[in-house]
Amino acid sequence: MSIAENSPPRGFRPGQLLYDSRYRSVTIQAIALALLAALLIYLIRNLVDNLHALGKDINFGFLDNRAGYDINQALIPYSNDMSHGRAALVGMLNTLLVASLGCVAATIFGVLAGVLRLSKNWLVSRIMTVYVEGFRNVPLVLWIILIYALLTEATPQPRDFAGDNPTASMLFGVIAITNRGTYIPAPIWGEGGRLLVLVFVLSLIAIWVWRRVARRRQAATGRTLPVVWVSLAILILPTLITFLALGRPLTFDVPEAARFNFRGGVTVLNSFMALWLALSLYTGAFIAEIVRAGILAISKGQTEAAYALGLRPRRTMSLVILPQAMRVIIPPLISQYLNLTKNSSLAIAVGYMDVRATLGGITINQTGRELEGMLLLAGFYLVVSLVISAAMNLYNRRIAIKER
Amino acid sequence: MKTSVMLGTLALAGLAGAVQAATLDDVKARGTLNCGVNTGVTGFGAPDANGNWAGFDVDYCRALAAAVLSDPQAVNFVPTTAQTRFTALASGEIDILARNSTWTFSRDTDLKFDFIGVNYYDGQGFLAPRALGVTSAKELDGATVCIQTGTTTELNLADFFRTNNITYEPVPVATDDEAQQQYLAGACDVYTTDASGLAAVRSSFENPDDHVILPEIISKEPLGPLVRHGDNQWEDIGRWTLYALIAAEELGVTSANVTEMAAAPTENPEINRLLGTEGDLGAMTGLDNQWAVRAIQAVGNYGEVFERNIGSETPIGLARGLNALWTQGGLMYAMPFR
Amino acid sequence: MSDTHAQTVAQVRDTMLPPAPPPRRETGAIHWLRENLFSGWLNIVLTILAIWLVWTVLSGFVPWAWRGIWGAGSLTECRQIRDQLYPAGTSVACWSVISERWQQLIFGFYPPGGYWRPPVALAVFLVAVLPILFTDLPRRLLWLTVAAPFLIFFLLWGGTIWGPLTMALGVVLGGVVWLTGRRTGSPLVTLVATILVPLLFWMFLAKPLAAELAQLAPWGLPRVASKDFGGFTLSVVIGLSAICLSLPLGVLLALGRRSDMFFISKIAIAYIELIRGVPLIVWLFTAQLLLNYFLPRGTNFDLMLRVIIMATLFAAAYIAEVVRGGLAALPKGQYEAADALGLDYWQAMRLIVLPQALKISIPGIVNTFIGLFKDTTLVAFIGMYDPIGLATAIRASTDWQGIYWEIYVFIALVFFIFCFAMSRYSIWLERRLERSHR
Repeated sequence: MSIAENSPPRGFRPGQLLYDSRYRSVTIQAIALALLAALLIYLIRNLVDNLHALGKDINFGFLDNRAGYDINQALIPYSNDMSHGRAALVGMLNTLLVASLGCVAATIFGVLAGVLRLSKNWLVSRIMTVYVEGFRNVPLVLWIILIYALLTEATPQPRDFAGDNPTASMLFGVIAITNRGTYIPAPIWGEGGRLLVLVFVLSLIAIWVWRRVARRRQAATGRTLPVVWVSLAILILPTLITFLALGRPLTFDVPEAARFNFRGGVTVLNSFMALWLALSLYTGAFIAEIVRAGILAISKGQTEAAYALGLRPRRTMSLVILPQAMRVIIPPLISQYLNLTKNSSLAIAVGYMDVRATLGGITINQTGRELEGMLLLAGFYLVVSLVISAAMNLYNRRIAIKER
Repeated sequence: MKTSVMLGTLALAGLAGAVQAATLDDVKARGTLNCGVNTGVTGFGAPDANGNWAGFDVDYCRALAAAVLSDPQAVNFVPTTAQTRFTALASGEIDILARNSTWTFSRDTDLKFDFIGVNYYDGQGFLAPRALGVTSAKELDGATVCIQTGTTTELNLADFFRTNNITYEPVPVATDDEAQQQYLAGACDVYTTDASGLAAVRSSFENPDDHVILPEIISKEPLGPLVRHGDNQWEDIGRWTLYALIAAEELGVTSANVTEMAAAPTENPEINRLLGTEGDLGAMTGLDNQWAVRAIQAVGNYGEVFERNIGSETPIGLARGLNALWTQGGLMYAMPFR
Repeated sequence: MSDTHAQTVAQVRDTMLPPAPPPRRETGAIHWLRENLFSGWLNIVLTILAIWLVWTVLSGFVPWAWRGIWGAGSLTECRQIRDQLYPAGTSVACWSVISERWQQLIFGFYPPGGYWRPPVALAVFLVAVLPILFTDLPRRLLWLTVAAPFLIFFLLWGGTIWGPLTMALGVVLGGVVWLTGRRTGSPLVTLVATILVPLLFWMFLAKPLAAELAQLAPWGLPRVASKDFGGFTLSVVIGLSAICLSLPLGVLLALGRRSDMFFISKIAIAYIELIRGVPLIVWLFTAQLLLNYFLPRGTNFDLMLRVIIMATLFAAAYIAEVVRGGLAALPKGQYEAADALGLDYWQAMRLIVLPQALKISIPGIVNTFIGLFKDTTLVAFIGMYDPIGLATAIRASTDWQGIYWEIYVFIALVFFIFCFAMSRYSIWLERRLERSHR
């Protein structure tokens, strides 16, 4: 205990390491570090021993070998002649794709369900309760399996679209929803396509600038500028004018029913759809609860005070309630994004070729390099998670209530 | 539950530094054989409602257990998936892997395993709906193909389409049942796996006649049990147990007559050597001379095992084909017991 | 006053009007409908959409489920019965697979004679938890809590009763050493002895002693091997043991993370972030594929134990974050008051901070448990027979090849009942603890 603090420091005795609170923390830390080091050395020695006995080594050279297997969804060019490393990269991009699209959809589902659950409409609020409780209380794997099966059973086969009297028809004549996937038109860029994209990006920037200006103006003078209509105009008009002026440089490759499948267009695989839907519905249920809690957390006095100041309901929402609710909502929301990203590894249930399926599945299996493969896999997920939580911490620091 | 972990850590501490003994000694000391099998493939290995395992690969494990431990029930079946099977063997979790694994060069050498023989000659084929009107796999340009992931089939498939310069779209699935589900719903045009599996799958359909197995066999799939590289005695025991079953069929020894034949020397010296009434073959492997008798008593000869689990009388209804004895035009050929 | 009124006001009503019923449009079902479903155009659209949604889902599901066939022995039989009963093309459920195999889905390959054991073990667990949650119960019940782990282990795995008893004896020995040491010796020696004596006892004495006693009095239950655990029993055993075992580690990690000591907090943070940053399925594959590489050669213990260890390490990181939340929610005054009383760190934690912080964290712990319980379904991917793994095995049997929805709907339903009940319980607990907190 802290008796030593009263006695004058007369030199250093070894006993102080244990009984003097000034030095004890040093002792404890030293012991902890020593234990940790011992554990690590023990594990690594075992590892070296085991590898030696099995005649294996740690070698990442297998990443350069020919992969030899095909991947049905690749965002970058890939063929079975390319290396295992390339296959791993394709898998990583697939993981990131489903995770990011899942986050977007989950937010939409979550916010809708959260708001509608507070709705006065009895039927709607009940349905949302059923949705939220149903998805929260059943394992995600089951949802993925069930949604995949539903997509497979409830949609027509590609061959129903072909033949003389097809039993199924394409949506708007360009989109085919089949039990293998959804076939949508693929854009083909013509002459001047790049300029078109440039104009579009520029107009997005212009919208952002305009919104900032409007907000500054309002904060400074209290006067409001029209935002929605101006934004919409900036979004559409310049791009449309460029499009026409350049002679329509963008055309679409519409999928067509062929012998077995649709040819042309872009294929959105059902395994992707099922995983994406299940992930976003599942996470959406959790987000709905977060949103509901966030809105309920803002005391009613805030709304009443805003009304008393003469703010209209919409402005009350956007200027008073939401900014405060966001502070409650955002941190758990981001941790839900983290969960969703990690849960995307459940792609294993439907055979979506994410990084676990390519690097952590087929590659490990074909090369027998489980140690290296798992290490890379864990490293990848860790980096993604750390990046997301770093972003969260940054945001938290920005919006944290400045305590005085 | 707490104690179980304590037991684990204690066992861990106690075993630290222990040298790995020969597999045979391990198995004998333990009293059970740890046999890696499928998590469930119709006919080859699946647990029933009471957790009793049955199937073609399972019977091999039982024969081995009977030979080594004198008890065909002394098998601890360890279910493995396509992804986990090799590590389970490499890490010593199982003593032998009997899980329709294809004998390939890299598995035998680079992965440090030894295949002890072939208990089923298979080949990869295609199953297609009759309505599709396909008569050859070479017409499958642009087709969607369901494959079980983590096996040699996906590599064969990639090679086949490459050689024939046609394209395809793979739909990877985790298990056989998932593949059927997808195929039946029309989510893929054809389903590819080992021909034995295709027959089993087709037989379970509501209308098997609506589906055809395409004539092409695009790969060689010699399936067999495998052990860790380096333990030659254990490898020998596994190999000769398999050969004992095959030789028994060749020599007309069955589960029904083996006891009688082993009681006294017969006129055929090879039967005598196999059944231990002549010579000392069992002792040479580190077992006793009755080992083969026990194995055959437990499961019957190779032909019996085949017919009971996957033969033409079963719902799976496979013909012997390549797996007939060499005397009947097949490839099953036991090395001489001499 | 009233007199003056009587003169100035022409007429005063001296009886109350009988209360009139509200206008018809403002009461009853019609009013309720107007108010709740059709109060504006947006609401009307939403209502119509909702009705359409409910109708689509129910019209597909209810006839299928309601007409379901019970009591057939295989899928083929099911299809024959269906063709007799209903016109061709009708889709009906084949619930027979559930009536045939429900015991397997719940107990796995547990010997049928021992089906009473897992539920009794669960009941013991639930009773043992009570005195921790509710301090107004008699304190003597805590002895049951101490004995529960051994009793549960004995019930689930069986064997002679002496194995768990000698294990418990080790704990008793530790307690005795601690009590005598605290009175006489120095605290450090006591601490070391309290850890060492039971360990040595377990390592060298427990096994022969148990074997001896089993010879003398062979009392016990039939032994059940870990590989026979399956279905929901497996999920519950993995989930509950992982949560219980991870609590001490989680609390230590949470304290470590809040510690002033640089290395301690960094180690805790690194551990928590490493575990939380990687999906459970990757950890499970690690347990399955890699754990043996990091253990001495020849070490081998069963997959279930490996999974429990991995799940414990995994859950500890999440529990640590929950407890950290509890620690942070405690007013600073509590810490300062503990310091002012002159308590040292461990006394302050043990007597003041942790009891309150853990109480706040209980709902979070229950939620972590629900999450872990749902995540136990992932063990199917490393070849264990949890409900989903069993579904695969059942679908591989010749009788039920080709069945799909029925099994998964059943599993989903059971999971829903478990998890929903637990989340309600957690909410109730939260309210109750909040009240008793004040």
